[in-house]
Amino acid sequence: MSEVTELEKLIEERLRGRVPAKIVEDAKNVLKKYTLTREELEKILEMIVEEYENNIIDPGEPVGTVAAQSIGEPSTQMTLRTFHYAGVRELNVTLGLPRLIELVDARKTPSTPLMYVYLDEEHKYDREKAAAIAREIELTRIENVTLRVDVDIFNNAVIIELDPEMLADKGLTIEDVKKVLEKLRTKKARVVISERNPNEIVIQFEEGIDPSKIEKLRDRILKMKIKGIKGINKVIIQRRGDEYVLVCEGSNLAEVMKVKGVDYRKVRTNNIKEVEEVLGIEAARALLIEEIMSVLEEQGLDVDIRHVMLVADMMTRTGTVKQIGRHGVAGEKPSVLARAAFEVTVKQLVDAASRGEVDELQGVAESVIVGGYIPVGTGRIKLVYNPYLKESSFQ
Amino acid sequence: MSMSSGEKFIKAIKFGILSPDEIRRMSVVNIVSPETYDEDGTPISGSVMDPRLGAIEPGQTCPVCGNTMRACPGHFGHIELALPVINVLFVRHIYDILRAICAKCSRVKLPPNEMERYRTYLRKLRERYPLLATRFAEYLKRKAIKMSVCPHCGAKQPKIKLEKPTTFYEVSEDRKEMTRLNPITIRSRLERIPDEDLELIGYDPKDARPEWMVLTVLPVPPTTMRPSILVETGVRSEDDLTHKLVDIVRTNERLREHIAAGAPQIIIEDLWELLQYHVTTYLDNEVPGVPPAKHRSGRPLKTLAQRLKGKEGRFRGNLSGKRVDFSARTVISPDPYLSINEVGVPIDVAKVLTVPERVTPWNIDELRKYVLNGPNKWPGANYVITADGRRLDLRYVKDRKSIAESLAPGWIVERHLKDGDIVLFNRQPSLHRMSMMGHIVKVLPGKTFRLHLAVCPPYNADFDGDEMNLHVPQTEEARAEARVLLLVQNHILTPRYGGMIIGAIQDYISGAYILTSKSVLLTKEDVVDLLAAAGYVGEIPEPAILSPKKLWTGKQIISLFLPEDFNYHGRANISAGHLRCDDIECFWDSYVVVRKGKLLLGVLDKKSIGAEQQENLLHWLTKEYGVEYAKEFMDRLFRMFIRVLEKRGFTMRLDDVSIPDEAKKEINEILMEAFKRVQELVKMYLNGELELIPGRTLEETLEIKILEVLAEARDRAGEAAAKYLDPFNYAFVMARTGARGNILNLTQMAASLGQMTVRGERIWRGYMGRPLPHYERDDLGPLARGFVVNSFFSGLSPTEMFFHAAGGREGLVDTAVRTSQSGYMQRRLINALQDLYVEYDGTVRAADGSIVQFVYGEDGIDLMRAAHGKAVNIERIVERVVGWKM
Repeated sequence: MSEVTELEKLIEERLRGRVPAKIVEDAKNVLKKYTLTREELEKILEMIVEEYENNIIDPGEPVGTVAAQSIGEPSTQMTLRTFHYAGVRELNVTLGLPRLIELVDARKTPSTPLMYVYLDEEHKYDREKAAAIAREIELTRIENVTLRVDVDIFNNAVIIELDPEMLADKGLTIEDVKKVLEKLRTKKARVVISERNPNEIVIQFEEGIDPSKIEKLRDRILKMKIKGIKGINKVIIQRRGDEYVLVCEGSNLAEVMKVKGVDYRKVRTNNIKEVEEVLGIEAARALLIEEIMSVLEEQGLDVDIRHVMLVADMMTRTGTVKQIGRHGVAGEKPSVLARAAFEVTVKQLVDAASRGEVDELQGVAESVIVGGYIPVGTGRIKLVYNPYLKESSFQ
Repeated sequence: MSMSSGEKFIKAIKFGILSPDEIRRMSVVNIVSPETYDEDGTPISGSVMDPRLGAIEPGQTCPVCGNTMRACPGHFGHIELALPVINVLFVRHIYDILRAICAKCSRVKLPPNEMERYRTYLRKLRERYPLLATRFAEYLKRKAIKMSVCPHCGAKQPKIKLEKPTTFYEVSEDRKEMTRLNPITIRSRLERIPDEDLELIGYDPKDARPEWMVLTVLPVPPTTMRPSILVETGVRSEDDLTHKLVDIVRTNERLREHIAAGAPQIIIEDLWELLQYHVTTYLDNEVPGVPPAKHRSGRPLKTLAQRLKGKEGRFRGNLSGKRVDFSARTVISPDPYLSINEVGVPIDVAKVLTVPERVTPWNIDELRKYVLNGPNKWPGANYVITADGRRLDLRYVKDRKSIAESLAPGWIVERHLKDGDIVLFNRQPSLHRMSMMGHIVKVLPGKTFRLHLAVCPPYNADFDGDEMNLHVPQTEEARAEARVLLLVQNHILTPRYGGMIIGAIQDYISGAYILTSKSVLLTKEDVVDLLAAAGYVGEIPEPAILSPKKLWTGKQIISLFLPEDFNYHGRANISAGHLRCDDIECFWDSYVVVRKGKLLLGVLDKKSIGAEQQENLLHWLTKEYGVEYAKEFMDRLFRMFIRVLEKRGFTMRLDDVSIPDEAKKEINEILMEAFKRVQELVKMYLNGELELIPGRTLEETLEIKILEVLAEARDRAGEAAAKYLDPFNYAFVMARTGARGNILNLTQMAASLGQMTVRGERIWRGYMGRPLPHYERDDLGPLARGFVVNSFFSGLSPTEMFFHAAGGREGLVDTAVRTSQSGYMQRRLINALQDLYVEYDGTVRAADGSIVQFVYGEDGIDLMRAAHGKAVNIERIVERVVGWKM
């Protein structure tokens, strides 16, 4: 016991303040496992400091270009196969290059929105309780519980036959459906449960139905929402360890977080824009990093997280998520020439002319164009050795 | 050229619109004649080919600046337009401004009492947040546009309509008549806008008065930027711009004459319209709604906007990327006897590429020799530049001897490329910085560039006809930077993941494995031979076996090249399946242990010395003993590994993938069993007994299940085949050590190719209900849906061969589509991030000095130095210190 504390004390003494706290903690944990002499330990601690100082990045390093290349180069090796099962066989998820492009494009909605909904203590261990929440979340429309829709033109009625199995599965009664149908606000109509068949609902219109609008009416009825959250098209209950997790096709973070029984701290979506709106820009940045990393990892490509963080920081640094490209980061550069050299050349020049813009030539692209020194790496260093300077003048 | 103090730098560029006055001031001639040349071919004065526009013929002196063609930059002329026309490029702006100002008093329609406030706010914003300032100005513009009554004079505002491309209409208040606004009216309205008002809606009144967006005078660019081409027959072919300018001048003069003659309004209107069309297409020939001006042959003309636009346009094609001298390109081929940082340059190339070398007392004798050798004998020289800057072309000098003698310090000799020079070597696509590295020249006979095989992974090169480029840096600064930063050894580690990108590949791995296997014992002759290949100088170690014959192990040989204080342990690539070992106690020799620089246990294979690996033997050597050491290590050992294979022989042969009859039978049984299960699944599907996977249709469920069954069958067939294969046959050794190929490849060669897929599905497209007419309709069995029973060894049946081709085609299409997509994504990424750099304070900053990250990567660690992204690998440090006794 005392040995360990002595070890820790030594580590604290030698490392604290010289290397980041994380390394100090790591050192404590790792060095505990070994039996070392005092001399060896001193040497190791010395080397840790030396190694850390050695590994610090050089000033001038063009980290942006390195990051872009480190993400761009492996992306040529990605498969284009869009869809992949995301752990669940039931769902397809966009992965690979298309997903990566979608992320750096900062699209408003991903092509396959997906949510992982974790449940609170009360619900997460019980399949039935989980299923109840799933039913509550999943968007159910009339069409999901309907077997047949008939339009009776002679009697000005629409007859809807419901599927009792589906009703039960969704935890609904025919009364619920009736109540929804009553909200159909087109013309004056009466909604009744058929006498012949308890699973049939008849909507009796007072006026005649325009035959040319039957299709429209039918669609409107079928698309009516009975319950659930907008955007959540399908919910699958998945077992993870000892708890149940709801995997949702479609995403609506704000609404799902409000649902009782959902652990709102752990709800997860792959929709960056939504996270930005609901949880803020830092959350969006974190999600962006996670999503890009998971796309790369899924493809078996090893890219360091630092590169991804830099991309995410560039995209989020103004406070809103900006696209990498013409309508975002690259389009808002202060330099006219840099923008013109990227895309929509003529428009950039014309706009710059009418605004009387001044290009200060501080960036890389502009410097290349005018033939100046490139303001990264060795091009930033302005120190010049003057061999003719007399030694005496140093004093 | 050099870093003299007389260097001039462009500090900033201001953009603006040329005013008519300025156009006239910079003009040397007023262009009035539509004819360009008279009968004898001399350019007509006052035409678009006026000699004052610049000297274009060799020997001609410019009447304006007195220079010859070489030095004359060309001079602008101008055309006085008879009537003003709209500049199409600015229509959007004209439209906005016209709507934002009062039709009567030309003030910007913002409340007068608030204007001053906006102005101060805008100025403040401009200082601190320029981007927000433009946004605010844009907002004010929109606000002004919305006002329907002028807050200054109270006039009710007519609606202004833009009919694309260049016609404006005014719809009067009572919404009845549409009156056309001609450019004269528009211009006069724009003229009357006060400067202070313009500032508010984001225009610069000093350099971009809006009335200048309506052209009254058109600048005529110098002839140097629109050279005519002389075809061999002596026919002159003019540049597209010249054609367009002639059109403009002709229409303009006609218009002027008609006005002077007092022609009817309608004719004038028509001509005005025509002039507008010509000016429009002159500026941009791709304006929507305007028929593009065509060349006689029907090809659309390339006018001003087209010159700037796009990949081959001025910006991307000539300003962001330039063509260079002192470069070469040819086919590449391998040469294992080069160092990894060398490049073999064909002698013919070396005689063309030159390095300027300044004559000093120390190199004068050598340079004299080069001058004497001349341009045709290597190593020679192509040019000599005298102290007063004259350039002597040695090709045309009769007496090289006298030049060689007159050589003196201060002269420059452009000598041939020779061994030891530094060059940049590049292979496209240049996706990362390792695509362009510095190599040391080695002049060799032959016609191809030669490179070491270990640098293939960073370049992504192979030798099936790849070509590469070579560039010779011409200044001392460039050469110094290339030597310090760009040499191959500085890129052994990649910043992408903090690991090696250069290392052993293919045969090097096979060789290393064979040399270090336990079963290999070497005689003294072998040892000497191998060490000679590696260029080893020193003592031979004590033999591992002394009697009856002195024999050495391969591990002993490797140890000769390891530093004495080096410790390492880790699994080998072959440590998988039943050969797996997780610690030192390893029967299979698949756990590598190095103590005090002695390789004690384990075979070397891909995991320990391979390329694109991390935290392995080679990685630690590189990190701890430096890149120069690593380079040397690879050079020597890799040559030795090749020698091992040369001595022993290593060839994959057909026998390696042939299996005995009983194996074939076994595989057949496995496949038949799987087929039966597929039939059962199909039957269940037809009877509707198949249990659905939730969220999938019946068909999808069936396909998923069938694919699972067949994939498993293929794997089992592979395992069965592997069981009968000699574990030491060459193909198998390569797969196990990671030299080339994998078990799947072997399975496909020996056992069965398995299911062919297109878009992740079994192949079903083609005929109705069947992919090929060889099968029954709606046959859902494996064979009818692209399962290939045969192996590459046994050969494919015609239908199988077709399915295999279909699956292969998808791969090709996939690659073709993907490269363009990922290329564009990378271009955008680079463009967005290229200005970022690490400041001395450790922050990451953008070009304007604004902070992006306070500490790079949240810990300020350089990825190239940190192994696999870890700031400090403590375990490794412990091993370095006490590994020898662990």
